[in-house]
Amino acid sequence: MNIQATDIATYNFAYLDEQTKRMIRRAILKGIAIPGYQVPFASREMPMPYGWGTGGVQVTASIIGPDDILKVIDQGADDTTNAVSIRAFFKKVADVAVTTETEKATIIQTRHRIPEAPLHAGQVLVYQVPIPEPLRFLEPRETETRKMHALEEYGLMHVKLYEDIARHGHIATTYAYPVKVEGRYVMDPSPTPKFDNPKMNMSPALQLFGAGREKRIYAVPPFTKVVSLDFEDHPFEIQKFDQPCALCGAEQVYLDEVILDDKGGHMFVCSDTDHCEKRREDGHRGHMAPENESRASPSSSAGPSPRKDGEEEAPTLTPPSPRPLRGEGKGEGQHQTFEKSREAE
Amino acid sequence: MTDEPLFRVTSLSKYYGSRVGCEDITFDLWPGEVLAVVGESGSGKTTLLNCMSTRLMPTSGTAAYRMRDGTWRDLYRMSEAERRFLMRTDWGFVHQNPADGLRMTVSAGANVGERLMAVGDRHYGNIRSTAIDWLGRVEIGEDRIDDQPRAFSGGMRQRLQIARNLVTGPRLVFMDEPTGGLDVSVQARLLDLLRGLVTDLGLAAIVVTHDLAVARLLSQRMMVMKDGRVVETGLTDRVLDDPRAPYTQLLVSSILQV
Repeated sequence: MNIQATDIATYNFAYLDEQTKRMIRRAILKGIAIPGYQVPFASREMPMPYGWGTGGVQVTASIIGPDDILKVIDQGADDTTNAVSIRAFFKKVADVAVTTETEKATIIQTRHRIPEAPLHAGQVLVYQVPIPEPLRFLEPRETETRKMHALEEYGLMHVKLYEDIARHGHIATTYAYPVKVEGRYVMDPSPTPKFDNPKMNMSPALQLFGAGREKRIYAVPPFTKVVSLDFEDHPFEIQKFDQPCALCGAEQVYLDEVILDDKGGHMFVCSDTDHCEKRREDGHRGHMAPENESRASPSSSAGPSPRKDGEEEAPTLTPPSPRPLRGEGKGEGQHQTFEKSREAE
Repeated sequence: MTDEPLFRVTSLSKYYGSRVGCEDITFDLWPGEVLAVVGESGSGKTTLLNCMSTRLMPTSGTAAYRMRDGTWRDLYRMSEAERRFLMRTDWGFVHQNPADGLRMTVSAGANVGERLMAVGDRHYGNIRSTAIDWLGRVEIGEDRIDDQPRAFSGGMRQRLQIARNLVTGPRLVFMDEPTGGLDVSVQARLLDLLRGLVTDLGLAAIVVTHDLAVARLLSQRMMVMKDGRVVETGLTDRVLDDPRAPYTQLLVSSILQV
């Protein structure tokens, strides 16, 4: 790797060094080969605290190429702190194009949501995972849970669902709802609402999961069966909302409750901000949508705030400084090889 | 009882380095038979029990078990998956401390139902009614089904542990001091319950205890251990009424008379 003789510290393309990326890609490939299996990897320190998506960032850094278009969402929104900082991070260290449009993105890093718009082949969804082990709260020993996965002893997972029904009369788990991948491994789909579980099933997009603190990577390859666990007499159900989005009027989408004042005022709006804005641009209106808005811009300050327009133009932004170094020779070659293999998926 | 044993142990030994855990143990256990292993603490009872139940690998010797289809299997040559499956279906293990054998943070009903779910039962209603039935059999009220074992007394926990083990209809149960740490009246009721269950279900059991009274009540046959070796074996009544080995004589004469 040729390092320019400068005084300021520089870093490799996409922050991680090429050897680390190789190591992570190897873990990803193994994860894809064994859907739902948690592959241990040597997670690195990232310039952000654990719990802020260090796993997802490492996975994204390892698969991203100069031609990729990145979208980052946090609880469905493109404009929250976590999403904005991670997007800015990759804009800076990889000089890649970023977008907020699900349709245009090639890599979508997500914290706890799957976009409402259907994903298509060639897209990669990268999840940030806090606790990858679905059996963790029932069995604290890692040696034991690994054995249980190896021997396919998943009775304990149903104990959790049994407890839910015994206590609440129905399965009360609403997020991190355990799934069985391709009839073999039980997997934690990261704390996505169970509303999103059906979207994981037979998805044309590649789904990668990175847990930085717990040092695990796992994957669901495209067109893989993902089944939510349940009982015969208490089948799996997704959340239902009794009103449409207050801004765009969408039904059958996941809604966030937004508190408007301290007098009990509240509204339900799409958790997926991109989806909501697209719908409003298409002329859909919810009952609380501002009358005269022309573009995505709800006047209510308590509602999901609009994106800065500048971000839309991000792909044409001037190169950030310090200028990221592009890996040369060997490193670059590997990178391209991986890109090809990923496109072939 | 059939002519063929259920469980066969042949010259089983376990050494901890140069120290002897248990040495050269050989016996057969027939279906429906209750065997008591007695001896003072440190005599190798628990080591033997752990070896037999495959929780511990012996240094030498074999243990064979006759499966439901009549074939004999060497326990130490089975794959771990098979062993664990056997342990949660055809076997039971009652720990001295119920906290070791129960999941303390899930409800009593789920504790009983776990084995059923582990063997593939996916019907909540059925699991729950089986759990209620078993709680009734071990004298735990139906209204306690959603309570966690943390809220139970020692005796109740022990009864819950027994229900949890017996729900899949095992043929062989290992018990490690099942009445240890319980006061005498609770102990008496538990023994009564165990005796009833063992007879009703035709269970074979290996009970490790230092309490000769427990051995006399529960078991038909008895094995006396000292320093890792068996010093005397025979019918329980014979061993207790007419002890032959000097150590057994000492043990029997040490029972406190009230």
